[in-house]
Amino acid sequence: MKPLRSPQELSAWQAEIVASRPPKSKTVVVSSGTCGQASGSLDILQAFREELRSRQLESKIGLRVTGCHGCCEMEPNIIIEPERIFYKNLKPKDVPQIIEETLLAGKIIPSLVYHDPNTRQAYSPQPAIPFYTRQLRWLTEANFYLDPTSLEDYIALGGYQALAKALFSFQPEEVIQEIAAAKLRGRGGAGFPTGQKWKICREARAKHKFIICNADEGDPGAYMDRSLLEGNPHSVIEGMIIGAYAIGATEGFIYVRMEYPLAVKHVTLALEQARQANLLGSSILGSSFSFDIHVVQGAGAFVSGEETSLMASIEGRRAFPRQRPPFPAQSGLWGYPTNINNVETWANVPLIIKNGAPWFSQVGTEQSKGTKIFSLVGKINNTGLVEVPIGITLREIIYEIGGGIKDGRSFKAVQTGGPSGGCLPASMLDLPVDYDTLTKAGSIMGSGGMIVMDEATCMVDVARYFLNFTQEESCGKCVPCRIGTRQMVEILNRIVAGKGEEGDLEKLANLAQTVKSASLCGLGQTAPNPVLTTLRYFRDEYEAHIKEKSCPALVCKDLIIYYIDPEKCVGCLLCLKSCPTGAISGERKKPHHINQQLCIKCGACLEKCPRKVQAISKLTGRKRDEILAAEEKSHHSRIGL
Amino acid sequence: MEAKEVIFQGLELKQKDLIHLLHRVQAQYGYIPVDIVEEIAQRLRISAAEVFGVLTFYKAFALEPRGQHTVTICLGTACHVRGGKQIVEEAERRLNIRAGQTTPDRKFSLETVNCLGCCAIGPVVVVDGVYHSHVTIDQVEKILKETSSAEEGQ
Repeated sequence: MKPLRSPQELSAWQAEIVASRPPKSKTVVVSSGTCGQASGSLDILQAFREELRSRQLESKIGLRVTGCHGCCEMEPNIIIEPERIFYKNLKPKDVPQIIEETLLAGKIIPSLVYHDPNTRQAYSPQPAIPFYTRQLRWLTEANFYLDPTSLEDYIALGGYQALAKALFSFQPEEVIQEIAAAKLRGRGGAGFPTGQKWKICREARAKHKFIICNADEGDPGAYMDRSLLEGNPHSVIEGMIIGAYAIGATEGFIYVRMEYPLAVKHVTLALEQARQANLLGSSILGSSFSFDIHVVQGAGAFVSGEETSLMASIEGRRAFPRQRPPFPAQSGLWGYPTNINNVETWANVPLIIKNGAPWFSQVGTEQSKGTKIFSLVGKINNTGLVEVPIGITLREIIYEIGGGIKDGRSFKAVQTGGPSGGCLPASMLDLPVDYDTLTKAGSIMGSGGMIVMDEATCMVDVARYFLNFTQEESCGKCVPCRIGTRQMVEILNRIVAGKGEEGDLEKLANLAQTVKSASLCGLGQTAPNPVLTTLRYFRDEYEAHIKEKSCPALVCKDLIIYYIDPEKCVGCLLCLKSCPTGAISGERKKPHHINQQLCIKCGACLEKCPRKVQAISKLTGRKRDEILAAEEKSHHSRIGL
Repeated sequence: MEAKEVIFQGLELKQKDLIHLLHRVQAQYGYIPVDIVEEIAQRLRISAAEVFGVLTFYKAFALEPRGQHTVTICLGTACHVRGGKQIVEEAERRLNIRAGQTTPDRKFSLETVNCLGCCAIGPVVVVDGVYHSHVTIDQVEKILKETSSAEEGQ
């Protein structure tokens, strides 16, 4: 790789790469992000390598390893170019058949293509799959076309052209004006206008300035930043260099959480490549601008995602947040002006510079432009990362892209914004998704996690889950967050254990308001949101737990029992063998029975009971009490009371 | 070069290097030995209390040696709604330890994590870096047994 000394050399290199790649008749694209690898994509890749080699097809058929394709539910998957034939949930044994029938004979294998889980209709090629048709993949589309470990691939797609344009055709202030005109808002969650943020930092006077890419994606259920860093690291780096030029920063940091080893690997490699090509370092592309980026790995503290904590962590200290002002743009890393943006925000920057603000602001709502990536997870058919125009409704995302609720169950709630967000009920499905509407509904857009819940999800348990999370992750610096969240968790623990009392809900709401208004940083200020929204939209569930000691969703362990219906049980012994505590008794072909005294409610028996038998069920409330009373009675009669 | 020297190699030895250093020590020894804490403090010219403060704040670092195999179970939201907690309880039962502990024979450490970001394939269990997807209660025993027997086979 030779260092690039001018924008012309960059364009010449791009032309050279494109010309050196004769369009292969066929290319197999293997999706291989973390989800893909966890599902076995590396075995698929290995199988293709071996098969192509043994058939001496290596020169005729290309093989490309890419980051995540977004449709995590269908991993491991491949796309065959140029037709874009999409095969999903593959096993290594499928590979020889794919080579023979599809790659050599041009036939599609019906059993491997995508079928709609509801209608069973087959869809091919990839762009025709409903999961993709409703998306607008400005940021994520490139994941199909590039190997994240190859700078050449990124250059071939026009990479770093936006940087060349910014450095040689724009003054720094003009870059900021362009970003401001595009109305790009921070994708990390708070939605602060990016152009304005940059302007404040640009105007601060100091010897050094820093920029930071916040890749401490800690919200459970959100992983779009991971996917961008893994699948297209150069787009984030290019955005950062443009931002540094606009702000006048000399050094940048990418703070990645340690739970993302593949992202760290890819971004570290990409930085090294960029340095070698003179896209980082001194006189970038022959301009007078010099800048470099370092990777800093987190160490497992959720609060580090908060900007002041993140800076403390980069400085090598405990990730404690501090009071703002002064804002980082005035006094940040080591006291110097610092601009912090999220991964997705940075990745948007090259697009805006390349295509212009008017192009970018053609989609979105009045106040928020462009696209947003959401991670659609939970009880949904098409789990995955979806990129949509801001302003699309929740219903469109969940039903049209997500394919509706899993196993034919019904929708109950969607949780947006992670532990800082809230749960929205079915009545809110037509809400256009944007920063302001979600905040008004009591939730937040947040980083973009969207966890879909069905009727088998207990909202009290969910609220407790999130609060337990924030309570554990509270750094302990300020009292409202440290003690307030703890007290709230204790009340919720009591409620799910069937020990809730009259007045608990008022106490909870009261504490929630205090924690929200008096905490020092965003973690505490937003921690009560899951409780407040579930209280607002699902109060009846809380009341069932407190008044009737029942869990309508059959989740809370202390409020349910497992029960074998003697009418349905065929006596197959499967559950009996799986029970870890020996609580199940019975003989072959005779109905089994659960001893409620011994049962630890692990759920292993329910998992084992054959689907066509379905003799085991969970009971709560009155039905539970009847079974327990009957059992006690028979026990008493046995011991002669 | 001595193993200990490698840890300090290529760094400016300022406070900003502390977390990076601790990552290296953790990777090398599987925990943070107390005598290294003293050494780090001296070399970075900060107090040992500061080093302890940082290393106990972050979950990545442990002052006790971990087991030969690390079993990490995801408790992110998506895994939680799909029954991740029951998977943890099953693993606790099978290994006879609580999450966060190591078996007395130092074979297994059991840990939970708040999200691994592969929510589509939950519940997720990671054993020594190998991801197991869509794990059911029933499979926990098998996963643990495979780990033990793979090692005996070596």
